Amino acid sequence: METPEQIKARIEQTLPPVKLDILPNECPAGERALLVEAGRAFDVAKFLRDDAQLRLDYCSNVTGIDWPETVVKTKVKKKMLVEGAEKEVEETIETLRSGHLEVAYHLYSMALKHGPVVLKLRTENRADQTHLPSLTPLWRGAEFQEREIFDLFGVVFDGHPDLRRILMWDEFKDFPMRKDYVAPDDLEYEPTPHDEVLDAAKKHYPAEAKPEVKAEVKA
Amino acid sequence: MIDEGLKSELQKQGVYVTSLQELYNWGRANSVWPLTFGLACCAIEMMAASMARFDLARFGAEVFRPSPRQADLMIVAGTVTKKMAPLVVRLYNQMPEPKYVIAMGACAISGGPFKQGYNVLKGVDRYLPVDVSIPGCPPRPEALIHAIMTLQEKILNQKLTGPERPRHLNADVAGEYPVPAYGPHDLEPPNNPAIWQPPAIKR
Repeated sequence: METPEQIKARIEQTLPPVKLDILPNECPAGERALLVEAGRAFDVAKFLRDDAQLRLDYCSNVTGIDWPETVVKTKVKKKMLVEGAEKEVEETIETLRSGHLEVAYHLYSMALKHGPVVLKLRTENRADQTHLPSLTPLWRGAEFQEREIFDLFGVVFDGHPDLRRILMWDEFKDFPMRKDYVAPDDLEYEPTPHDEVLDAAKKHYPAEAKPEVKAEVKA
Repeated sequence: MIDEGLKSELQKQGVYVTSLQELYNWGRANSVWPLTFGLACCAIEMMAASMARFDLARFGAEVFRPSPRQADLMIVAGTVTKKMAPLVVRLYNQMPEPKYVIAMGACAISGGPFKQGYNVLKGVDRYLPVDVSIPGCPPRPEALIHAIMTLQEKILNQKLTGPERPRHLNADVAGEYPVPAYGPHDLEPPNNPAIWQPPAIKR
C-alpha cells in the first residue's frame, strides 16, 4: 500500500486546494494518520473510498479523542554565552495548546486486502464549534460509532441520518468520555474505598469518624 | 398451634395435621416462578441453572415467565445501568404480590467491577427491596440454587397475620416503588431513601 506521504500527494493533486497533515505516531506500530480539515473531509474520504489504487471500502473503527487545553513543555537545546564561553543550554518552552476534539476513522480495503489508513478530523474547539461532517453516507458502518462519539464526546456530525444519543438517555446533558467530566457523586456507601474513590468518599464520612491529624512532633 | 411431638405421632398413624399458614407457605415456596430477565453474564449462569445439568425444576422454580404479570420472583442477573434502572423498577411494579427479588452477582449487589462507571447503578437495593443477595462474579448455578432455597426458607417462615406479616398481606403498605426519572446528570432521585440508607461503616 502507498505510504501516507504518497496518499497525501495524490489527494493534493486531485482535490486542490486541500489542507492535509500527517500526524506522527510514537508507538511501536508507528501508524501515522492523515489529518484533514473539516471542510474538505467528506471529499477526501470519498476519494479514499473510490480511488482505484486505494479502494478503502471498509471502515472498521471510528473513535473519538478529547484533547483539553494544556500547556505543552518542549525542551530545546540552545547555544548561549555563559561566562564568556559558548555552551549548550537546555531550555524549556511552554506553549498553550488549544483544546479540540478529534475523531479517527480506521479504513481498510476488503477488495485489495490492505490497510489501515487512519483518517483524523478535528473540531475547532471543545465548547461551541464541535461540528464535523459525517462520513456515514460513505461507510454505513460508521453510523452507530458516530452516534456513540456524539453521545460520549459531544461531536456533532452534520449529515448523519439519525444523530441521537445511543448509550446514555436522551435527557442526559454531559459527555462522559471528556477529560473534564465529573461523574455524579453517589459514593455514600463505600466499604473499601481506594485512590480517587477514597478522596471522593471521605466527603460522606460522618464528622466524628474523621481520622485525627496528629500534630507533628518537633525534633 | 399444635404440638410438634403430637403432630409427628399423628403422622405416624396416618393423620396429617397442618395449619393454613403452613399449607399456604408450603405451596408458595415450591412454585416460585422467576421472571425471564437477564442483564449481563450472570443471566448465562441463570440459564445454566434452569437447564438439565443443574435442573432448577427440582425446586419448583423452573417456570421462567416472560411476563411480569405471571412472575413471583425477579432475579436481577447482571449489571444494572442507570439507563436500565427505571425499567427494572417498572417491571417490578408490574409483578403481582407476593413478589421477591434476588440480587444475583457482584454487579446487582454493588455495581461490581463496573462500580466506578458513570452509568452503573451501585446496587439494585437502592431502588428495590432485595430479599437474597448472591455474591460471585458470576455466581455458579449452585449459588443460585442456594439462593432459591434461602428464599424458600424465608417464604416458609412468613406469618399470615400479626404485625410482622409481609407486605402483600398488609393493606397499609404500598406495593409499588417510585420509578426514578432520567435527569440531566443522574437518575432522580439517585436512590429511594424509603428503602435504602447508606449502611453505617466503622472506620
